[in-house]
Amino acid sequence: MTRGNPERVAAATLLVALVLLGCKREQRRFSDMSRPTASDNGIIMSELQPGPAVIHSAVQNSYDDNAYAVAEGKRLFDQMNCSGCHSHGGGGIGPPLTDDDWIYGSDPQNIFATITEGRPNGMPSFRGRIPPQQIWELTAYVRALGGLQGKAIRTTRDDHMMYKESEQARNKGHPSPTFVPSK
Amino acid sequence: MAHAYALPSPNEPDDRRGFISEAEEQDVRTRLEQSWEEGSGLYAWLTSTSHKSIAKRYIVTALVFFALGGIEAAVMRVQLSRPENHFVGPDLYNQIFTVHGSTMMFLFAVPVMEAIGLYMVPIMIGTRNVAFPRLNALGYWMYLIGGVLLYVAFFSNTGPDAGWFAYVPLAGPAYSPGKRIDIWAQMITFTEIAGLIGAVEIITTVFKQRAPGMSLNRIPLFVWSEVIMSFMIIFALPAIVIASGALAADRLVDTHFFNPAEGGDALLWQHLFWFFGHPEVYIILIPALGMISSIVTTFTRRSIFGYPAMVLSLISTAFLGFSLWVHHMFATPLPQLGQSLFTAASAAIAIPTGIQIFCWMATIWSGRPRYTTAFMFVIGFVLLFVLGGLSGVMISSIPYDLQVHDTFFVVAHFHYVLIGGAVFPLWGAFYYWFPKMTGRLLSERAGKWNFWLFFAGVNLTFFPMHFLGLMGMPRRVYTYLPEMGWGNLNLVSSIGAVVIVASAIVFVGNVVVSLRGGTPSGDNPWGASTLEWATPSPAPIYNHLFIPIVNGREPLWTNPPGELPVVTGLRTDRHEGLITSLMDAEPEHRYEFKQPTILPLILALAGGGSIIVAIFTPWGVTIGAALTLLILFCWFWPTISPDHDTPRRHPREMP
Amino acid sequence: MTCARPRIPCESSVRHSVIALAIALSGCSGIQSALDPKGPKAAGVLHLTWFLVGTAAVVYVVVVAMLVWVLRRGSQSPVDLDPKLGTEVTEHHGGMKTWVVSATVMTTIILIGFVFVDLSTARSLSTVGGAAPLRIDVVGHQWWWEVKYPDPNDPQNDIETANEIHVPVGRAVLIKMKSGDVIHSFWAPNLDGKKDLIPGHETVTWFRADTVGVYRGQCAEFCGYEHAKMAFYVVAEPRIEFERWLAQQRAEASTPGDSLAQGGERVFLSSSCAMCHSIAGTGAGSNNGPDLTHLASRRTIAAGTLPNTAANLESWILDPQMIKPGAKMPANRIDPQSLRALVAYLQELK
Repeated sequence: MTRGNPERVAAATLLVALVLLGCKREQRRFSDMSRPTASDNGIIMSELQPGPAVIHSAVQNSYDDNAYAVAEGKRLFDQMNCSGCHSHGGGGIGPPLTDDDWIYGSDPQNIFATITEGRPNGMPSFRGRIPPQQIWELTAYVRALGGLQGKAIRTTRDDHMMYKESEQARNKGHPSPTFVPSK
Repeated sequence: MAHAYALPSPNEPDDRRGFISEAEEQDVRTRLEQSWEEGSGLYAWLTSTSHKSIAKRYIVTALVFFALGGIEAAVMRVQLSRPENHFVGPDLYNQIFTVHGSTMMFLFAVPVMEAIGLYMVPIMIGTRNVAFPRLNALGYWMYLIGGVLLYVAFFSNTGPDAGWFAYVPLAGPAYSPGKRIDIWAQMITFTEIAGLIGAVEIITTVFKQRAPGMSLNRIPLFVWSEVIMSFMIIFALPAIVIASGALAADRLVDTHFFNPAEGGDALLWQHLFWFFGHPEVYIILIPALGMISSIVTTFTRRSIFGYPAMVLSLISTAFLGFSLWVHHMFATPLPQLGQSLFTAASAAIAIPTGIQIFCWMATIWSGRPRYTTAFMFVIGFVLLFVLGGLSGVMISSIPYDLQVHDTFFVVAHFHYVLIGGAVFPLWGAFYYWFPKMTGRLLSERAGKWNFWLFFAGVNLTFFPMHFLGLMGMPRRVYTYLPEMGWGNLNLVSSIGAVVIVASAIVFVGNVVVSLRGGTPSGDNPWGASTLEWATPSPAPIYNHLFIPIVNGREPLWTNPPGELPVVTGLRTDRHEGLITSLMDAEPEHRYEFKQPTILPLILALAGGGSIIVAIFTPWGVTIGAALTLLILFCWFWPTISPDHDTPRRHPREMP
Repeated sequence: MTCARPRIPCESSVRHSVIALAIALSGCSGIQSALDPKGPKAAGVLHLTWFLVGTAAVVYVVVVAMLVWVLRRGSQSPVDLDPKLGTEVTEHHGGMKTWVVSATVMTTIILIGFVFVDLSTARSLSTVGGAAPLRIDVVGHQWWWEVKYPDPNDPQNDIETANEIHVPVGRAVLIKMKSGDVIHSFWAPNLDGKKDLIPGHETVTWFRADTVGVYRGQCAEFCGYEHAKMAFYVVAEPRIEFERWLAQQRAEASTPGDSLAQGGERVFLSSSCAMCHSIAGTGAGSNNGPDLTHLASRRTIAAGTLPNTAANLESWILDPQMIKPGAKMPANRIDPQSLRALVAYLQELK
């Protein structure tokens, strides 16, 4: 079987393409003891700042854009009984999570703080009850509920009775963030 | 020199019989080379509609995937060689065995069997190209894109990880986050399109383009096997089209095909998948059986005994292959009476395959075997496939299957039948047809090393697995505990894998060295009897100088050498071929094969791109449909040549 | 058997020695082996196995012998190898047709025999072997087994445990199985063939252990990351001991004795443990993970992966992902002192 020049070119291109695509790889972290436990970088809960607004750097929650973490967060949301107050994002005793109204901020570290510290008027503190890695996974899921995760990251339907679309697909808009970065 | 029978044209009153002079032959040869020439260079390669060029790409690509699948298998064997090994973790291991199975089944086995058919069948039946040359090219590009899609995903750690069979609910939206399974489902789309295209090509070509006189009972058994395989593909692949489509829909757009809470059923997936999955393995096996018939005929110098029985047993195997699928589901809560029917059918399918083996043995008995490498692979086939077939009859029994289902016993069984039943004949076919494809002989000495290493390696790797299964080792496990006592047999099995790798290296070395400086083979180095050996090696792009006429099953043995009767009168300025009737291959009319064009590549990129977009959004389907419509518009734009021949109503009698 | 022609592989002698070697390496008895039946179903299947293996071996030897014979006979055939004189077989040996037909008939008869034996074995194994079978419910999860012993008369007597099934010797056991997530398969080869657990279906199987002993089973349908480490144990014991075990399992968790264990109970209830595990008699009532009320009575932890010792418990609690990567139980930050107390408490939960 003779290999002509065009076939060599094609094979070489293919090989290069494959090697290049080995670069950005999907991560599924099972054991992530290095996740930050406290909210190290300052959490901001108000849009107002004196003087010019300062860009603050959000904690790089690399669980954003991680489909596995969002799926784990969804599992934990039910298992840790968040659904007991927030239903499947629609709210009940607790406020809905699929709307655009983020009382305590929608940045990952804000949500992490909400779950870890608890909030007045009924949100329990889960510090010491849920390990930090799992709280970060829950954070990623809550952001998905709020429409802040891409379509490819969200899980679609459960293997349960589903009278409507998945709860992560409800919010088609974008919630107001806690601050607007200065231009 | 050849006898000539001219195609009757409207203006000429009579047949023209006689010998064709050297000058006339040379003239036809020059004109055919001119009109069929495709040129070298990248654009010519991308637009080629030559069936041999496309089939060669298929074969090379399939062998690359085979090597990749083999590397995955080697990694698995390293991981399993010792208990509690940490060579790969569970996530990577699950991806590896899924990609190994998907590669071997979807990207290697069926494509390579189709490809050898697409290469050899037109030459063996005496035509110049397959029926739909542009469609053929489209099939290859779709296959290539699908395979690349899977491997790009795998190398990005987004490879599917739910097994090649992707049972729901594990592969469903709730338990497989991310796009891994969506990518798998769309890879299926690509390969099933390519498979269906190949099947359509082979059936149409064989039914309508055979050499005059090649009635149904004179078709070489390999060609029969390719036709039967193609019919199986057409009936089996829609099941997985539906299944993978339903899975993709469940995962992307919230349908509930497999959601028990909303009226779906996890068992539906199993039925749909295995309705395809079981015929799939016979799709892989049947062409291999055809290859064996070719090899046995040539190397025993005897026509195969019992031709009608051989054809009918191939057809029965194909039919019966569709009635076995539930034997993959014996552990599910299906009613026992129904399951028993599948026990009987699974045992029954051994009968037609047995008939084939007995007929080959009878042929060998009456012939004189020559122990070339190709023939050695046939012997290896009998030894391995019969063992695998017997373990298969064992697991057709429900109580026994309930102990060994999903254990390494089944792994042993299907590797014996697939490697013994398909890969060994395939390797024999490589050694047999390599001279025809390249004009050079493979080294027989290296070939013997290849065979023995492969044979020893397969037995060493897979025979211990029978025991491992009975000793309780399940499948698809990334590790096992030391106290289970499975370590020694696993180590033996892993050593066998090393031997198989060695045989693969020998083969690759043999091919590379023979391509450069192997012995030139000439037209018919083996003294074989079928039409592909009537043309130079490697076959010219137009296959045969003149369309041959066939008056028996072994045309090169029943005609004096160099005196094959042929048909003259086909145009040489266009890509013209002869269409003949289905039953008796009487000439009907001329046919013009389409010239090289970039359209297949464009359609593959557009359609393939939309299928990939459909992984992420259902709009991919819409866009894909619109683009496909547009491109097919260009594809089917009618072109009528001014002196287009009309079909004849009264075919002439053939001698 | 010596090789007649060096080019033909001497399959029979190679096969015999491979079989002998393999048997020597493997051993026929085993804690999770279909070759070591401890109950009537596995025994019935083993009888079938020997029949199938024996017949298959005989058939294989015959086929190989046939192949060797035709190869030798073929070599003596008077066909000239001159390529100009190939022939189509128009006159056959009279023997060839008889050969093919009789071989086909023999094959058909053997296969009919196979199917007959298969179906009668299946039939004989399908009726529950014993009156008043013990009823057990099993729910499969990723990657552990939830086991319940329902009491039809008094639901307060229901028992819940995980990954370990106790059965009285000589009494039939009827298992009803469901799945909590994906398809699993319940398989204890010493006792019985496997049965799948399929979400949306309830599947039923039965077995009977006729010998006292401990038998291991494993999930036999690929179910995700830790399918390889989803095992369970079946403990077959005399009826008296079984009743004693039942009574023990019905009781609430024993109160911790010393201060170390009391400290451990506090750790359990105040940290993430109680979010997923339940211990009857305490405030922990979650059913996300296995019930731990009688953890110390089990032989293994992590679904048959590790023996139930203090050291293993400590490693498991500290980071399950090192032992079963992908398992649903997270790594836990816990200081060594609290860990020791916690493990001391868990080891008192008999």
